[in-house]
Amino acid sequence: MKRVVVRVALIVSASVWALGAPSWASAQAATSGVAAPMSAGREAAPMAEDPKVEARLIDISPELRCLVCQNESLASSHAELADDLRREVRVLIREGKSDQEIKDFLVARYGDFVLYRPEVKPLTWVLWFGPFLLLVLAAVFLGVYLRQRRALPAPAALSDDERARAKQLLKD
Amino acid sequence: MKKVLIPLVLFIGLVGFLAVGLKRDPREIPSPLINKPAPEFSLFTLAGDAKFSPADMKGKVWMFNVWATWCVACREEHPVLVAFAEKNQVPIVGLSYKEIQPQDEAYKAPFDVKLALARERSQVWLKRHGNPYVTSVMDLDGRVGIHYGVYGVPETYIIDKAGVIRYKRVGVVTPELLADKILPLIAELNKS
Repeated sequence: MKRVVVRVALIVSASVWALGAPSWASAQAATSGVAAPMSAGREAAPMAEDPKVEARLIDISPELRCLVCQNESLASSHAELADDLRREVRVLIREGKSDQEIKDFLVARYGDFVLYRPEVKPLTWVLWFGPFLLLVLAAVFLGVYLRQRRALPAPAALSDDERARAKQLLKD
Repeated sequence: MKKVLIPLVLFIGLVGFLAVGLKRDPREIPSPLINKPAPEFSLFTLAGDAKFSPADMKGKVWMFNVWATWCVACREEHPVLVAFAEKNQVPIVGLSYKEIQPQDEAYKAPFDVKLALARERSQVWLKRHGNPYVTSVMDLDGRVGIHYGVYGVPETYIIDKAGVIRYKRVGVVTPELLADKILPLIAELNKS
């Protein structure tokens, strides 16, 4: 009985971990299955004039999600909206905005969803700490289970007869 | 008995979570703009040289609908909007979103050329499919769209008398949605 409980607890926590791990972890691995209403499969626009602006754009955009394709970052997306958003981010960079201000600009319009690493706040606590909580729970279950198993009497040693029979069975 | 029951209950719970997850539209992202003031802008309208800004609608409950002639889903939505406009419930303002697309030859043309072409195309389209809009504003570069968090066309907003966004729909407005959600909301907003 106990064994079943522990095994189930382990399986459930593992699968909840896999399902509920922060989306930035699974999203980047998964390929996009979502229809992209505005992406037309074009080439990404060439790099703009100012290399300093581009360097910062390259720095910040992997943290930002392309809304249309969802599983691509703003850095890698070829969708048209991503082009437009990169253009806006360039403008903000030229205005001397900090990374935080740029992120705030996008979050105010598109929500936390644009961030691959959502901010840690009460609404996202489950996302950030849930997997660790499950891990701790599973560890507690495992500890209890191991302790109880240790309390069981050790299995009796085999007699010579039994050993001979086991050998016979293994031979067949 | 218990040996079967516990995993079964856990399994059903897991299936329940997955079932709910499957039914949700991953493209429907909750907008942070709900209950926030509608972003200000000033854009040329479809009809003439006058500019439109959301401040012009102060004191009215109004609908803001993002559309484009290249948008296929808008064609599906359009008859619903035309029928709705005939009832004169609220003024509908259109946002012509990036009418000139990157694959168009005119994409890199000067602003005036693009504006003229976008107006011509939009007017032909509205003549053919009906015009539900009291006015439609031309967001050629999609910048106003970004301020409104647009990421797919069509999108529809309901904005109250004080200029606060009270509702956002990503995707097609259906007659059911109008009857069940939008009309009751408009009635409520008109009371206050």
